[in-house]
Amino acid sequence: MSTIPATRQGHRPVAIVGFSQNHSVRSDSTSNEVEMLLPVIHDVFNRAGLTKDEIGFICSGSTDYLIGGPFSFVTALDAIGVWPPKSESHVEMDGAWALYEAFVRLQEGDLDTALVYGFGKSSLGDLNEIYNLQLDPYTMAPLHPDLVSLAALQARAVIDQGLGTEEDFARIAARSRRDAMTNPYAQIKRDDDVASLMREPYLVSPLRRHCLPPISDGASAIILAAGEKAFELAEHPAWITGIDHRIETHAFGARNLAVSTSTAKAAAIAGVGEGHVDLAELLTPFAHQELIVKAALGLSDSVAINPSGGPLAANPLMSGGLNRLGEAAQAILDGRATRTVAHATGGPLLQQNLVCVLEGA
Amino acid sequence: MIGSFLTALRDGVLIGIKGTGGKVIFPPTEYDPDTAEETSGIVNVGPGAVVTSWGWVSQPLKQHPLAHPFAWALIQPDGADTAMLHVVDAGSESAMATGMRVTATFRPADERIGAMADLVAFVPEEAK
Repeated sequence: MSTIPATRQGHRPVAIVGFSQNHSVRSDSTSNEVEMLLPVIHDVFNRAGLTKDEIGFICSGSTDYLIGGPFSFVTALDAIGVWPPKSESHVEMDGAWALYEAFVRLQEGDLDTALVYGFGKSSLGDLNEIYNLQLDPYTMAPLHPDLVSLAALQARAVIDQGLGTEEDFARIAARSRRDAMTNPYAQIKRDDDVASLMREPYLVSPLRRHCLPPISDGASAIILAAGEKAFELAEHPAWITGIDHRIETHAFGARNLAVSTSTAKAAAIAGVGEGHVDLAELLTPFAHQELIVKAALGLSDSVAINPSGGPLAANPLMSGGLNRLGEAAQAILDGRATRTVAHATGGPLLQQNLVCVLEGA
Repeated sequence: MIGSFLTALRDGVLIGIKGTGGKVIFPPTEYDPDTAEETSGIVNVGPGAVVTSWGWVSQPLKQHPLAHPFAWALIQPDGADTAMLHVVDAGSESAMATGMRVTATFRPADERIGAMADLVAFVPEEAK
C-alpha cells in the first residue's frame, strides 16, 4: 500500500481519483444542460470504476443566470439519476468551490466518496448583462461596464506598474493556443506568432482579441475519495495536500488591481511554496491575469503554466475552475507529475481566489 | 451609507468616509475593506480627481453611458485614497493618460434624482 502525503488542511486526507470534461464549444445548440452533463458524469464514473450508488455525496457548481431560470441545478441532477435520494448540495459558483465543499464534507468521516461537477452554457445569454449582476448594484451596475472594459482597467494597471507588457499578453495567448493543439477538449487551437497577434486592433485598449478567453459551453466532473478508499479507485491518487480560498472587497477601485492579495494568502495557507511545482493550472481568463496570479502564487519561470491551453483556449463558465483542478490532478493520475497547483477565481477582476496543491505519493 | 452618497450626488457633491488610520474610502462603505473596522466621518472629496487606470472604448456598446468613444476609468477624487469606476469623456484616446487630472460633470440640478446617473462623466481638467 502506498503512503498518503502529509496534508495541511483537514484531518482526513482526500484525493481526486477521476476527472472528465467535455469538448468546449462556442455554442452547443443541440444539448440542454442535462444532456451536456450526462456523458461527462458517465465517463467520470467509468474512469474511477464506480457506480452512482457508491457515491456518498454530490456537489455541483453552476449559475441559474446563464439559463435564465430558477433551480436549474436541480434539473441537472437528472444527469445522475439520484434515486434512491442522495445527500446533495450546490454552490452558485464555479465547480471548484463545489469541490471545496465536498472536501469539507468528507472531513466528517461518515462518507468516503463524492461526485463534484460544474456546468455552464455561456451561449444562452448576453454575458455582459449577466456578469453585470455581480457588480455593486448602486455604484457600478447602473453604468453597465462590459467584461472586456473592466479587464482593460486591470491590464492597464499591470502595464503601468511594470509587471507586464502588451507583448507579454500576446505571448501568453500564443503559448496557450499552441499548447491547446494537443488538448482534445480545447476550443481555440492555433499556432499564432506574437507579431501577428500584436497587429490586431484594440477591442478596448490595452486589450486585443487574443487577450480574451473564448465564450464556451462546457461541463466537467471530478470524483473525490477519502483515505484508503482512494487507492481502490486510482493507481496514483492526486491528494489534496493544501486547499484554501480567500476573497477581497467587491469595490475593486479600493484594490491594487495588478496584485492578487487573496491568491497570495490562499497560496501561503495551501503551502504552494513548500515544495517544487511540476505544473500549474490557473483560471486566468484574460491573458494579463496569468501574470498577476503567477506572481501571487510565487511560481518561478520554470513552472509550466496551463499546459492544457487553459482558459484562453476554452472557458466554460462555472466549470472552468473545476477544469483547472481536474487538469492539475490528471497529470498526477497519469503519473506525469508528482506535485501540481490549481487555481480558480470568481467575482470581478480576480476578487475571490481558490488555490489547491495536489500531490502524488 | 449608500443613501448619503447618492443624496450627495443629487447635490452635486462627492463624499467619502474615513476608514482605519484616517484613510478616506470613496465611494463610502460601512466598513474598511482591509481591516473590516467600522468607518465614520463623512468628508467631501473632489470634484477634481486623478485617473488611476483606464481603457479606451472606440466602439461603445448600446448599454454604455456614452454613445461616442470614451474611456472607462478608475477615478480617485482629491482627498480620497481609493478610486471609483466611471467614464472619462476625453474626445480621443490620445487625451488619456494614467495620472491625468479630471473633474466631475453633473446633470443640471433640477434633473438630478439621487442616483449614479446624476454624475454624467469626468472630463479632462483643462477642458472644463
